[in-house]
Amino acid sequence: MALLWESLISAAVLQHKKDMHIHYLDPFREISSPIHELDPRVKLVLSLAFIITTALVSPGVWPVYILLLAIIFSVIILSRLGFLFVLKRSLLALPFVFAALPVIFTIKGNSLVSIMAGSWILTASTQGLERFISIAFKSWISVQTAIVLASSTPFPDLLMAMRAIHIPRLLVAIFGLMWRYLFVLVDEALRLMRARLARSGETGLPDRKTGGSIAWRAQVTGGMAGSLFLRALERSDHIYNAMLSRGYNGEVFTLDLPGLRPAQWFALFGGLGLLLALLMISFLF
Amino acid sequence: MHHSIEIDRLSFSYPDGHRALQDISLHIQLCEKVALVGPNGAGKSTLILHLNGILRGQGSLRVCGLEVKEPNLGRIRAMVGLVFQSPEDQLFSPTVYDDVAFGPLYQGLSPEEVQQRVEQALAAVHMSGYARRVSHHLSLGEKKRIAIATVLSMQPEVLVLDEPTSGLDPRARRSLINLLRELPLTMLASTHDMLLVQELFPRMVIMDEGRIVADGKTQALMNDAELLEAHGLEKPVYKEDRKTGIT
Repeated sequence: MALLWESLISAAVLQHKKDMHIHYLDPFREISSPIHELDPRVKLVLSLAFIITTALVSPGVWPVYILLLAIIFSVIILSRLGFLFVLKRSLLALPFVFAALPVIFTIKGNSLVSIMAGSWILTASTQGLERFISIAFKSWISVQTAIVLASSTPFPDLLMAMRAIHIPRLLVAIFGLMWRYLFVLVDEALRLMRARLARSGETGLPDRKTGGSIAWRAQVTGGMAGSLFLRALERSDHIYNAMLSRGYNGEVFTLDLPGLRPAQWFALFGGLGLLLALLMISFLF
Repeated sequence: MHHSIEIDRLSFSYPDGHRALQDISLHIQLCEKVALVGPNGAGKSTLILHLNGILRGQGSLRVCGLEVKEPNLGRIRAMVGLVFQSPEDQLFSPTVYDDVAFGPLYQGLSPEEVQQRVEQALAAVHMSGYARRVSHHLSLGEKKRIAIATVLSMQPEVLVLDEPTSGLDPRARRSLINLLRELPLTMLASTHDMLLVQELFPRMVIMDEGRIVADGKTQALMNDAELLEAHGLEKPVYKEDRKTGIT
């Protein structure tokens, strides 16, 4: 666990070695495009509807899958984020896809291939494989939707949209705080690592092996993760006290949002209608 | 004899294009104690992070006779003890002992040497007996001292301090000043504490907007009210002076 944490943060450090602060966590890309200009509420609802539609389409209805892919690809092109940008990030879906691997063997049907694993015999079925590919495909395009949404909408706007569609305020407040302090926490981790780097010296004597043993380094890293946790905990207390002293009583108040303009309603219902039609078509198969 | 720090025409820009250092030249002799002052954002911390190669700019930089470049970084980091402003960053291990032992252990010293280094370093900051304490529960003044011990255990030639007295109460500040006075090392301290500068550092370097704007004897520069004011600094006022109204 400690090593995993270190490798994650190290990657971040390599990426931003020369920078004092962290910006890379923010997926938002400021570009001018029709997708960026769309009202965040409309974008959020349509993205959620798209993901739900994708989830509801039965496995193996390939024509509808291709239409869904066409929609998300058109959105990517319209958003000017670049295919490579979105596709690279969509690899994030990969670990989740592997979780679906067992369905190949658990669904009964025409047997495809059998694998002996000790005293177990695993039989892959065509239906199972079809189900697996469907799940993989669905998660892949769902992740792309989320990437486009997050990259084309500043996070505060997304929070505003979440409030507008009546996601519980407390939950939205937690998302907001998490977002705000994630950067602080990563900054803190980077400062810890910088302090460690500053003391990682060599004696200059040829017979000394610098760097210590792997076990010792893992122990140090574990200690760092621990102190980071303690500080996060302590900071959360400070933040809560600061909130209390400004009158926080568990309720989160926000300003009312302006209503949607006719064009925005049109985009919303147009999009929802299209997705509904796709869903209908998928039931015909 | 080499200089401890030799900087010639060093410039550095952050990736966002902000020019943090412009044409910095600074030479510091062995065992010289120099204060680095200037307003926030003047580039003091950026300069300090260059001294052990954590940041790398353009220009020539030699520390303890070694050029700051990739193959020398390990040696340089052992010879430059960098004490960060916040001891919270510096103390990342569960106990004081683990933190003070980090440098020597990393260098591959034998267990006896590590033990000896830790004892010496803790004794030097008058914190012997704290080895088994949990860093998290120490006071800020104690943490500062331990932070200094964590670099003394590497037996550095240069001690670089970022805001050593910030946030300390008068007693902790006083004992830190006495401690710094005792240490026979080359010292470069970035600070806003002008009384500390006057008391401890015979030489003073003023930075502003990424440049060195003045470098000379502390006494002389402290008397140049115009210069100090131009760079957002104030001459320290003693209590006796306040009474009589003389500044």
